[in-house]
Amino acid sequence: MVTGHGRLESVIRVWLPVAFFLVLALFPFYWMAITSIKPNAELYNRNVMPLIVYAPTLKHYVDLLTKTSFLLWTWNTMLVAVVATAISLVLGAMLAYPLARMRFAGAGLIAMTVAAIYLVPQPLLFIPLADVINRLRLGNTLTAVILTYPTMLVPFCAWLLLGYFKTVPKELEEAARIDGASRLQTMRRIFLPLCTPGFISAGIFAFTLSQNEFLYALIFLTKTTVRTVPVGVISELIRGDVFYWGQLMAAALLGSIPVALIYSFFVEHYVAGLTAGSVKA
Amino acid sequence: MTVASERLPALARAARRHAPLSVLLDRESVFSWLMMALPLIFLAALVGYPFFYGILLSLQDRPVARVGTFVGLRNFVTNLHDPIFWQVAINTFIYTGVATLLKMVGGLGLALAMNQQFRMKNLVRALLLLPFIVPTVLSTVAWMWMLDPAFSVVNRLLVALGWPKPGPSWLGNPALAMVSIIVINTWRGLPFYGISLLAGLQTVPPELYEAATIDGAGGWQRFRFVTLPLLRPIILIVTLFSVIFTFADFQLVYVLTHGGPQNATNLFATYAFDIAMGAGQLGLGASIALAMLPALALLIVALTIYMGRK
Repeated sequence: MVTGHGRLESVIRVWLPVAFFLVLALFPFYWMAITSIKPNAELYNRNVMPLIVYAPTLKHYVDLLTKTSFLLWTWNTMLVAVVATAISLVLGAMLAYPLARMRFAGAGLIAMTVAAIYLVPQPLLFIPLADVINRLRLGNTLTAVILTYPTMLVPFCAWLLLGYFKTVPKELEEAARIDGASRLQTMRRIFLPLCTPGFISAGIFAFTLSQNEFLYALIFLTKTTVRTVPVGVISELIRGDVFYWGQLMAAALLGSIPVALIYSFFVEHYVAGLTAGSVKA
Repeated sequence: MTVASERLPALARAARRHAPLSVLLDRESVFSWLMMALPLIFLAALVGYPFFYGILLSLQDRPVARVGTFVGLRNFVTNLHDPIFWQVAINTFIYTGVATLLKMVGGLGLALAMNQQFRMKNLVRALLLLPFIVPTVLSTVAWMWMLDPAFSVVNRLLVALGWPKPGPSWLGNPALAMVSIIVINTWRGLPFYGISLLAGLQTVPPELYEAATIDGAGGWQRFRFVTLPLLRPIILIVTLFSVIFTFADFQLVYVLTHGGPQNATNLFATYAFDIAMGAGQLGLGASIALAMLPALALLIVALTIYMGRK
């Protein structure tokens, strides 16, 4: 089988389609990166070959970090994502544990409701929510988004955790119960420590979703000091009809790095979480 | 004796006071509802209440920062007579339909390509997922620059390949603007399909392929009669899921075209945003957002029932 012909065939069958998808997926990131280190003289010159850079510069990064509020937006984004994720994991587990382990009237209905809420897209709710946030006088505070992000993250974490909880064997909990532990003790001391991988999957997803959120942040955060990266970039780095493309691409790249880093460490968890819903069906 | 007998009833009383509480708390239903109370109240307050409040708003003439007046179904009637509303509806269906089809076919192609043995497969899989995990707004800004009227790299590549200068006006031409948002949505969503379907492909037992081969099935027949039927549940669930969020998409269009040119790419979500946040008509805006509800409700109920079955 390992003839020259076979190798050529495997290159065509395997690497041709894979390379096609790779180039398609990665070109925009390459373009982001190369634009961010090009001097303006190259960026806005149509006679220069665009795919490579001749005189790389960090000017756009320096400008971005010193002349705009990008660092502050990054801090806001991180803070919001971490707090919203923590809240969502706790509340999600409080929903998922009884649904996974207890028998009670209404359990099926609650599980269905949680799944349905997870599937409600934001554009269906943003107008009334904007009014609610206004009446609570939470406009232009990070609290506004820390409170509203979990509306999508809690059902999501609950659903993911529920699937994970069901795979954990019950014997340890039953033994603890026989030894006289209360239900709360059993859950906290015996059960939850066994579920760390489930929490990591749900946590990564919730964190990524928080970083990606745009609509609520756009509506609730209209002051520079409280903005998150996506809203800051769209509202302040795009000024009128004049684009600062080098700076914009530097911002897009830097803004993507936190998610990409976390994701690269936990890619197996991420893929497991991504496919959990579909594979078990 | 007397001391003991006086103490016993007190102990028993104490035991009666405490025991029922802990016994009660240990009942599965009591424990469950107490545990779920906080998250359920949270969801009721910030999802349930806004949902019904949104329905109420849609029945009001409600300028921002003023008291609303009840107008019945007038907002919905206004929408039915609004040509932009109909254009928005058609746009949303085209956008959802074409993008979903492209993601499904492309995702299946990606999954089949990845379901082969080759080196650095895990690295490739991780790289292929990047478009899906990077914040949409940021990658859309990159696409905006790639399609820039004056310096589009796409056009410069097309011109280098012989396309007449200056190349197509991607975001200025109504039809091409629609093509652009569909392509970018596909670019972002394709890895989700691909990796989910790949996970499904890997669960197909190799014996089935062997049996089919022995029975004389060729490559296409193996795909058509073994792979596809086994993938059907995953294709269904991934598609329903993706249709819901494509149908209600906001970010990509808001960033790339703001719904333009001439509303050619305006979708329900972006149009509702324009009316509610731009023009300050909360009631009318809410009625536009609610126009998504019938289609969404159908999809959500179907998917919920399907997910609940497993």
